[in-house]
Amino acid sequence: MLDASDSYVTEDGRTIGGVVMEMKNITLRFGGVVAIKDISFDIRQGEIRAIIGPNGAGKSSMLNVISGFYNPQEGQVFYKGKLRPSMRPYQVARQGIARTFQNIALFEGMTVLDNIMTGRLHHSKANLFEQAFWKGRAEREEVANREVVEKIIDFLEIQTIRKTPVGRLPYGLKKRVELARALAAEPSILLLDEPMAGMNVEEKEDMSRFILDVNDEFGTTIALIEHDMGVVMDLSDRVVVMDYGKKIGDGTPDEVRNNQDVIDAYLGVAHD
Amino acid sequence: MPDQLIFGMEVFLNGLMAGVLYALVALGFVLIYKASGIFNYAQGVMALFSALTLVGIMEGQVPFGHLINAIFGTEIHHFGWHVPAVLAILLTMGVMVLLAVCVQKFVFRHLVGQEPIILFMATIGLAYFLEGVGDIMWGSEIKKLEVGLPQGINTLIDETTYGWFGYGFFIDNLDLVATAIAILLVSALVIFAQYTKQGRAMRAVADDHQAALSVGVSLNFIWIMVWSVAGFVALVAGIMWGAKSGVQFSLSLIALKALPVLMLGGFTSIPGAIIGGLIIGVGEKMFEFAVGPLVGGATENWFAYVLALIFLVFRPQGLFGEKIIERV
Repeated sequence: MLDASDSYVTEDGRTIGGVVMEMKNITLRFGGVVAIKDISFDIRQGEIRAIIGPNGAGKSSMLNVISGFYNPQEGQVFYKGKLRPSMRPYQVARQGIARTFQNIALFEGMTVLDNIMTGRLHHSKANLFEQAFWKGRAEREEVANREVVEKIIDFLEIQTIRKTPVGRLPYGLKKRVELARALAAEPSILLLDEPMAGMNVEEKEDMSRFILDVNDEFGTTIALIEHDMGVVMDLSDRVVVMDYGKKIGDGTPDEVRNNQDVIDAYLGVAHD
Repeated sequence: MPDQLIFGMEVFLNGLMAGVLYALVALGFVLIYKASGIFNYAQGVMALFSALTLVGIMEGQVPFGHLINAIFGTEIHHFGWHVPAVLAILLTMGVMVLLAVCVQKFVFRHLVGQEPIILFMATIGLAYFLEGVGDIMWGSEIKKLEVGLPQGINTLIDETTYGWFGYGFFIDNLDLVATAIAILLVSALVIFAQYTKQGRAMRAVADDHQAALSVGVSLNFIWIMVWSVAGFVALVAGIMWGAKSGVQFSLSLIALKALPVLMLGGFTSIPGAIIGGLIIGVGEKMFEFAVGPLVGGATENWFAYVLALIFLVFRPQGLFGEKIIERV
C-alpha cells in the first residue's frame, strides 16, 4: 500500500505525486434516499482517476460533492492536506477545481472564445475602473489571459470555430469547448462528468487523446466518470467502482477487472 | 417648405426625446431580465422610489416623518438642512444598492429555481411594497425636483431653425440633456457588459447558472450587482421624469409604457430597448400629429399598445430579441 505522500512513476514514464484530495467516509442523502454510503478514496497529484459504476450508482453525486454542488451530510473532504469546510460551488471553483457537466453547461449565446475566456474570470484582479478604461493591470491581465486561452484553443484543435456562437456547434465540439473552458482555469484538479457520453467512436478517440494529452502536457490531475469500460481501462491509472452508493472496488484497472464484486455488479449475479 | 412638413419635423424630434425616456425605463427591465430571467414589474416603482428619496434627501426631509409624528405626537418634518444635488444623488445611489441587497437577500434568494411566473408575482409584491414604503417614508404630495438641469426652450435651436424655415422649433433643454445622459449611460453599460470581468460574469449568469458556478462566479453577488445597476438606471430615469413633470406617484405608471417598448425591442436586447423606446416615442407623436385630428385625438394613450399587439402577432420575439426556436 502506498503512503499518502509517496510518489511513483508509471509504466509510460509519468510521475504520480502524493494525495491532493481525499474523501473520507462521505455519506450523501436526499431525504430518505442514500445516494452515497460511507465512501472513502483519494486522488493523487498528476493521475487520471476514474469513477465507474452502473446507472444510479452515485457517480455524478460523488463528482458533485467534490465540486461543491452537493454538501454531504457526513464525512470530510481534504484538499491539499487541509480539511475543506462546506463550500459553495463557486468557492470550490476558485480554489482550483474545474469541472465539466454530463449534459453540457455552456454559455450558448457567447462565442467559443468568450466561453473559454470565462474560465479565466477569477484569474484577473484588476478593478472595475482599470478594466473600463483599459489601463495598467487590466491590459496586462487580459493579454496574459488571452495567451493561455489561445494555447488551449490550439491544443484542442478548435481554432476554426473560435468566433462561432456555441449554440450552433454540434454535440461533440460542445463537449470539447466545455473541456477547454475548464482547462482555461488552469485547475489543480479537473473533473470530467462523462466526457464521452453520446459520442461516436471517432469522437471518443479524439476525446481520449485530448484527456491523455492534457494530463501529459500540463500535468493536470483528472478525475472522470465514464460508462465506456474500454475507454476507462485504457485511460486511467486507478479506478473507483461504485454500486448502489457503495464503493465495491478500488485499484488499478487490472485489479478492478478481476474483482469479483465488480464483475457481479456489471454482469449481474444469480440470487438463490 | 410646406408648414405641415416643418411642423412634422419638430414633432418627430420631440418624439425622439420622449422615446429616450421610455428607453431608459425599458433598459432597467432588460438588464434584470437578461441576468436573472425575472421580469421586474417594480422597475417603474423603483424609478419613483429613487426620485422620492432624492428629493427627500436634498430637502432634508425626515424619513418616516408622518409616522413618527403620529406615534410620538411630535412635529418634526425637516432636519433643516439642504444637501447639494451631487451628494444627494450619491446618497440615493447608496440607498438603491441597499435596496438591491435587501431584495436579493429577503426575496429572490429564497426563490431560486422557481417558475418565472412566481418570480414575476414576487416583483408585483415588491412594487406595491416599495410604493407603500415610499409613501410612508417621504409622503405622497407632488414634489418639485431641481437638480440643476437646464430647462425651457433651447434658444439656439429655436433661432437656427427660424433662420432656415421661418419657424422656430420648440425643443426643451431638459430633453436634450436627457438624451445626452441616456447615450452616456448606454455606452457605459455596453462597456461594462462587454469588456469588464464583472460584465462577463453577468453575461455568464444570464446564460447558464450551473456553468457560471463552475467557473467560480457567485450568483448572489452578480444578482445584487444587477439589481444595483437596475436601481441606478431607475434613478436616472426618475431624475429625468421627475425634473420634467414633478415627482408624483403616477411616475410608476410609466413602467406600463415600457411594456410595448420591450415587446418591440425584445426583452433580452439592450439596443432593442433603446430603438424600441425611440420607435414608440416617435411613433405615438407622429401618429397623434397625422391621424389624431381625424379620430378626435388622444391616440397617445393607446398607440403604443396597438403597435405592441401587432408585433406580438407577427414577430413575437421583437426586433432584436433572441429567436424562439422550439426543437422537437
